[in-house]
Amino acid sequence: MAALTSTSTAASLDDAAPVRRTRRRPRVWRGAVLGLAGLYFLLPLVSSFVFTVHVPGQGVSFEAYTGIVGAEGFTDSLLLSLGLAAATIALTLLLAVPALVAVRLGSPGLRPVIEVMCMLPLVVPPIALVTGITTVLRWGPEKLSHTPLYQTFLAVQDESFPLVLVFAYTVLALPFVYRSLDAGLRAIDVPTLVEAARNCGASWPQVVVRVILPNLRAALAGAAFLTLALVLGEFTIAALLGYEPFAVWIVTISGAQARMSVAVSILSLLITWVLLLVLSRAGTGTSSASPASSASPASSKES
Amino acid sequence: MSVSTTAAAVAGRTEPAATRGGGARVEFRGLRREFGSGVVALDGLDLTVEPGELLALLGPSGCGKTTALRVIAGFETPDAGEVLVDGEDITRVPANRRDAGMVFQSYSLFPNLSARDNVAFGMRVRKVPAAQRAARAAELLELVGLPEHGDRYPHQMSGGQQQRVALARALALEPRVLLLDEPLSALDAKVRLTLREEIRRLQLSLGITTIFVTHDQEEALSMADRVAVLNAGRLEQCAAPSELYERPATAFVAEFVGTMNRLPGRMTDSGRVAVVGTEQPVDGAAPEGARDVEVLVRPENVTATVEPDGDATVVAASFFGSVTRVLLDLPGGVSVKADLASRDAGALAPGVRATVGLAEQPVLVVAAAS
Repeated sequence: MAALTSTSTAASLDDAAPVRRTRRRPRVWRGAVLGLAGLYFLLPLVSSFVFTVHVPGQGVSFEAYTGIVGAEGFTDSLLLSLGLAAATIALTLLLAVPALVAVRLGSPGLRPVIEVMCMLPLVVPPIALVTGITTVLRWGPEKLSHTPLYQTFLAVQDESFPLVLVFAYTVLALPFVYRSLDAGLRAIDVPTLVEAARNCGASWPQVVVRVILPNLRAALAGAAFLTLALVLGEFTIAALLGYEPFAVWIVTISGAQARMSVAVSILSLLITWVLLLVLSRAGTGTSSASPASSASPASSKES
Repeated sequence: MSVSTTAAAVAGRTEPAATRGGGARVEFRGLRREFGSGVVALDGLDLTVEPGELLALLGPSGCGKTTALRVIAGFETPDAGEVLVDGEDITRVPANRRDAGMVFQSYSLFPNLSARDNVAFGMRVRKVPAAQRAARAAELLELVGLPEHGDRYPHQMSGGQQQRVALARALALEPRVLLLDEPLSALDAKVRLTLREEIRRLQLSLGITTIFVTHDQEEALSMADRVAVLNAGRLEQCAAPSELYERPATAFVAEFVGTMNRLPGRMTDSGRVAVVGTEQPVDGAAPEGARDVEVLVRPENVTATVEPDGDATVVAASFFGSVTRVLLDLPGGVSVKADLASRDAGALAPGVRATVGLAEQPVLVVAAAS
């Protein structure tokens, strides 16, 4: 019996050993992949940081950072970019949320059409978009100089707040906004929730404000963040149309003040990350109210 | 097809629904609804639900029962016909202005709101003062047996608990009509049984007119004052459960409600029908001019006794406690089910020869399938 016991114990130990080996292997791989990815992302950042603080012959200096706020054009370009981002987020969500909800409720068959339309900007290069915009902006004032639309053409190109960029960025942001909102809408049973709210006496605006939007909070935050990141980093359209938001300003100063240009880039990355954290925090809210983070409804047993 | 409301016999109930009062009278008048794909969901439905009555709409998938309920709720607009509540035409009234509380088949609680806030949602929308709202929500949660669950979110509750909260939410605005769209179908069997008893208890205590859509005949027969059987958008029969079971008006009802044998028969000159060696009186009219017919017989009206020279052979026997269902093969490739008292069915094992007979009572007769 003792022999049997020891044999079985040994066998169970033998059985356990390979299990441990197989468990260890993925951990090693996971660590390696994570390390490589970390290097890929951090190495350029660290190199850039070293470049901004190390002045040959003088040692370490934070002059590139301390001089940013006082640099000519910094505040104006940053505020312009943030303003454009806010307007783009508002316009995109205002267009996309009602459209996607309406399609889901009234014409589910139109979903593929809407999806293709929203995804189109991904396959149209920004340079093609800006060429089209430039053509229209040239053509408009010539042909419409005797109509009220002439003033509109001038207004959208106002240098202090070029609405034309908001329109262009809205188009560029559509694929990301669509994906985020579509995922959010898939996670909830929109038709049933709408009917339940209507049955409780809610008007259509109340349905949207009290039921749909609160349940799309995470998706809305995701869409807003992606739009923000896109607008803060967009260069091609703004530069070709002759405006100077943040990304264009960084490139402009890089010729004269290379260190400050890189320092601003690093800071802009940090600002974007901070905004991401703020938005994602706003999107998830309290854990108890977040169905997305929970198990399935039937997971808990009837008491 | 019209159903007389005054003839609403509520057999087996202690109090007729019509005298319970409290709720509203709901009338469907010639409702027709056709969907774009050419599917006719409702084909001239006429039906009246008495005040305080629980009426079950029963039928197979696609028969139009859910469409009828959605028409009352205001989620579907009929192509023709009207819906009256206490005589008031509500056919074109928007869904949010109808006085009807609804419990949906799928869990329909707002995921971002706690159970208490879900129950109070309708009151909040209608600007009921906060204190009054909170008191009413607490009262309703107590009524559905969840007084401690007010702070829980939907994802923290089981399916049965969620449907109870949905019921409380539907009752929060004291609607004139309560609409239940298969509210138990997503729940497991045990919870289902408990909850259907609770719904019935609540409905009786509140005296609210309730329309309950289900495809589960056991649910319909056990809960409802009357059951309306729909088929292809039309009303086949609306009657008390016992009447529906014992005196089905059509072959469809006979076969849809409960289990039914279809046995070949032959009309005799005396107007009776010869079937499995017996002669039975015919219930209603026999098909005109047809000699060969099919006879509809409930399994409990079939008898079977062990007989070594009998022409039937036992194929299977299923034990259901007090009753055993025996499946027998008759000559000519005919199968018949017999529900027998289990104490008498012990000898009827598979392979045993037996004799099949029928209890003497009127039977439904339909034209033989060609």
